[in-house]
Amino acid sequence: MRAPVSLVLGAALTGVFALAALVSLVWTPADVTALAVGERLKPPGTGALLGTDQLGRDMASMLMAGARTSIAVALVAVGIGMGAGVPLGLWAAARRGGLVDEVLMRANDLIFAFPALVIAILITAVFGPSAVNAILAIGIFNIPVFARVTRGAALTVWSAEFILAARCAGKGATRISVEHILPNIANLLVVQGTIQFSLGILAEAGLSYVGLGAQPPTPSWGRMLAEAQTFFYSSPHLAVLPGLAIVLTVLGLNMMGDGLRDLLDPRLQRAVR
Amino acid sequence: MHDGSPDAKGLARAAAFARLAAMARYLALRFLSLALSLAVASVVIFAVIQGVPGDPAAFMLGLNAAPDTVAALRSELGLEGGLAQRYIAWVGGMATGDFGISYTYRVPVADLVADRLAVSLPLAAYALLLSTALALPAGMLAAARRGGPVDWGIIAATQLGIAVPNFWFAMLLVVLFAITWPVFSAGGFPGWEAGLFAGLKALTLPAVALALPQAAILARVMRSALIETLHADYIRTARAKGLSEAAAIRRHAFRNALIPVLTILGLQFSFLLAGAIIIENVFFLPGLGRLIFQGITARDLIVVQSVTMLLVFAVILVTFLVDLAYAAVDPRLRKRG
Amino acid sequence: MISVEGLSVEIGAQPILRDVSFALERGRVLGLVGESGSGKSMTALSIMRLLPRGAHLSGRVALEGRALGALTERQMCDVRGREVAMIFQEPMTALNPVQTIGDQVAETLLVHGVAGRAEALARAKDRLARVGLAPDRFPLSRYPFELSGGQRQRVCIALAVALRPKLLIADEPTTALDVTTQARILSLVTELVAEEGMACLFITHDLGVVAEMADEIAVMQAGRIVERTAPAALPGGLRHPYARSLFAAASHVPARRAATPGAPLLEVKDAVRDYLLPRRRIFGPAPRFRAVDGVSLTVHAGECVALVGESGSGKSTLARAILGLDALQGGAIRLGSAAVSPAMTPALRQRMQVVFQDPYGSFNPRHRVGRLVAEPFHLGGKPADAEARVAEVLEDVGLSASDAHRYPHEFSGGQRQRIAIARALVTRPDLIVLDEAVSALDVSVRARILDLLADLQARHGLAYLFITHDLTVVRAIADRVLVMKGGRIVEEGPTARVFDAPAHAYTRELLDAAPLLPAA
Repeated sequence: MRAPVSLVLGAALTGVFALAALVSLVWTPADVTALAVGERLKPPGTGALLGTDQLGRDMASMLMAGARTSIAVALVAVGIGMGAGVPLGLWAAARRGGLVDEVLMRANDLIFAFPALVIAILITAVFGPSAVNAILAIGIFNIPVFARVTRGAALTVWSAEFILAARCAGKGATRISVEHILPNIANLLVVQGTIQFSLGILAEAGLSYVGLGAQPPTPSWGRMLAEAQTFFYSSPHLAVLPGLAIVLTVLGLNMMGDGLRDLLDPRLQRAVR
Repeated sequence: MHDGSPDAKGLARAAAFARLAAMARYLALRFLSLALSLAVASVVIFAVIQGVPGDPAAFMLGLNAAPDTVAALRSELGLEGGLAQRYIAWVGGMATGDFGISYTYRVPVADLVADRLAVSLPLAAYALLLSTALALPAGMLAAARRGGPVDWGIIAATQLGIAVPNFWFAMLLVVLFAITWPVFSAGGFPGWEAGLFAGLKALTLPAVALALPQAAILARVMRSALIETLHADYIRTARAKGLSEAAAIRRHAFRNALIPVLTILGLQFSFLLAGAIIIENVFFLPGLGRLIFQGITARDLIVVQSVTMLLVFAVILVTFLVDLAYAAVDPRLRKRG
Repeated sequence: MISVEGLSVEIGAQPILRDVSFALERGRVLGLVGESGSGKSMTALSIMRLLPRGAHLSGRVALEGRALGALTERQMCDVRGREVAMIFQEPMTALNPVQTIGDQVAETLLVHGVAGRAEALARAKDRLARVGLAPDRFPLSRYPFELSGGQRQRVCIALAVALRPKLLIADEPTTALDVTTQARILSLVTELVAEEGMACLFITHDLGVVAEMADEIAVMQAGRIVERTAPAALPGGLRHPYARSLFAAASHVPARRAATPGAPLLEVKDAVRDYLLPRRRIFGPAPRFRAVDGVSLTVHAGECVALVGESGSGKSTLARAILGLDALQGGAIRLGSAAVSPAMTPALRQRMQVVFQDPYGSFNPRHRVGRLVAEPFHLGGKPADAEARVAEVLEDVGLSASDAHRYPHEFSGGQRQRIAIARALVTRPDLIVLDEAVSALDVSVRARILDLLADLQARHGLAYLFITHDLTVVRAIADRVLVMKGGRIVEEGPTARVFDAPAHAYTRELLDAAPLLPAA
């Protein structure tokens, strides 16, 4: 099957930023903790590739290290959402219509009433701001999303005749969930995963922007934007570059998600059949 | 009916009554679920706030507070009572409009909130209006021209719109429309006393910044929902009746496509709210979002607790309203509940 | 009145219709029959000019001398609904779920500007009454979801004939309906055609239906009309070999000896199965619906028993209980000497397997055939010669051992049903429950599967419980028939006796309603 253009383009964009984040673990063009006030606010191309910020730090290095924070926070948050949401969704679907299903889905609705930012505010109000709290807030918000997607898709699979056949072969709900349901909804989960990943990057940026995310000196795109606000007119690269980094990463992930959806769409597969 | 001769009017009246009863049952069920969600949400918020290290009074005053100041605050906060007693006092207070006294501002939280709502509520409504007015026509246009260059353009624009963080977009708007071409002010709010126009003008850039990313999502949902319904059998029936494709979309596809769109609109409200908290900070608007951050910085738990509850209340209320809107759009729900 | 000449359709390079020609007069019904994919529906959509995007149409369609191909899309909209109307297969989804039936019928009149809203609604009421939906029981304000499938199809007919079109195209209008409902809808269409003097193009896969109601029959194969004949000439008058084989397959009876029933194998005694319905009051008890109401039956070893009923009769619910998937609320089921229940032992389950209706939905699309067929080994633990046994059953059902390495989507519907039978055979059961196992298949495929089932039964001494709504199939393969209605068995007896001398009124209604082919 031919990969859709959006998938290739999206994967390439995402790949660039993921690579930058990985490389930043071992190497950045300059030390992101080294302040050089004399070198501050240099525009791109003059000495430093992408210029320097208001404290004289190298922007290219800051962006690379910021990618690490963004991607790590969003990735772990997706992990929390999937890790808790998928089993809960499978469980609810296996007990469809029963008490477990009802309670789980009502609890889901309730978490939906707490936007990620509100969760973050609550956590921060109590424990103070940190990257871990940002991960928790976004992760908790992801749980009902995955639970709902999993349950909905699993219900469709449960009504298929091959599930009845599996039950006639004496298989129990857990075994059926793992052996028959999960592989048939994995497509959807992967697509939802990329969507939540991109939302996580946006949410992390928002949280750091208002000071509820990663704390200094950990570089983060959102906080870079917050700090750049007062210099926007005089040194636009400070605000434009991190913003572009966010836009391109999210764009890449979304395009990848759309491409995967087209590639894995069961309806398209049916047409092929 | 009783005498065996079919009385059409009586039957119609009975059917209308049954319909009303079903509708009332649906409303009652939704209302019950609203109340239940609120109760659980309030318990969660209360528990989190009560769970601060030490106790709330010590937390609010910081490490260097004198013991008697802490004791005074403890009694002001009513911390002497048991947990259940305090929870009931808090909820009971909120129900009667008493949100407590802000520790930092020294005024009733209810007054603070009322002032701030006068900014936040119009901002959210303005943004919601903008995003709907932009997204629905765009989504319909894309669906009608699916596969063509117009569709492609709208998809590309929405793809970009979703990827742009609203606060960054807000910063760009400020540079463009407040500094380069100073049409709007860069921030602040003159108050509604300055007139409706001045107020709306101050809210325009924030509302646009809030609305555009949401509009991108909504337009995509509208497009795919419409395309989905266009393949439905009843559209084929409508075409066989002699409706043109455009008329079939207008008269049959649109209302059915509204059902998923409503779901997203409801969810978006919660994103709008969260977005507004951030956007208010970009534009220095005296709204609830600013209040909550001031509360966090000042460790004013009374403000944080009440405002979070209010935000969650707003989201739950909107979910309730969306459920009602479903019933208006979809007769099957009215009947089954 | 309507003439179609040299109609051809291609989608991409794929020819869909080739040189289809026919003519039809007012008051006459042309039955267009063929198997799935033969191009029947495409012929209808070509006349309506509602083909899917990318389809290329050539040839001439003329309505009373006016060439429809020369009309603009706007003019064509005027023709649709006013001069040519159409009803479709799926009444459950053919109506807009959020609009009242009155509005949907009135819309036909409003779109064509022949009446204002009030008058359109008044005429909609008349038309609905004409199709059997009296205004006192079915006011205009009803929504589609409040009606049954048959009633919805009546609404579709009402909105199609609202403007007294010259041509009515009916595309499998009764395929999704029960036989008794089908009979009523068919007689309604026949009446309307005569009353209004319409021409009717009636599309169906069911040869019995066309034989009963068409004035002329056209048989389609691979996009061509290969045979045209009058129903009176059936079946001897058929010349084309495909048409002949099609009619032969439809009334095919596999060669089998009547079973000599052995000991009782499956015994169902006073089985009761209730469903909980959604609560009407929030804290009230959930109301119950009794789907199976005191059913008793016995299947002997080596016997083929058919359980016949319409949708909602409780036959599928009973099947699930017999398979030990759901618990009973009363009565008992025994297989041999052991009790059947959801908690029954794997060893007992091995003795009873199942084949379902949908050849597409009954396999996990991500597993290979070998793994799918071996799935029931889960019951007894995988034997050492598992692979050999899978190969053996695949060959048993007419496939080859190497098919084990392929995926289900690589097979046709009939082949998949063979895979499903192989899966049922692999544990060497005594009883196979066939739940509408041939209902989704085209007649020629169905005939071959019935042959296979008869052959397997003779070779392995299997007992079948054949659950179906299709009386033709029952007559072809069952030793004994049980007729189920409203959760109860209303009649039971040897197949020939029940068909020749039905005792219960419902059985008679069912047999009268079933469209039967003239005997060969």
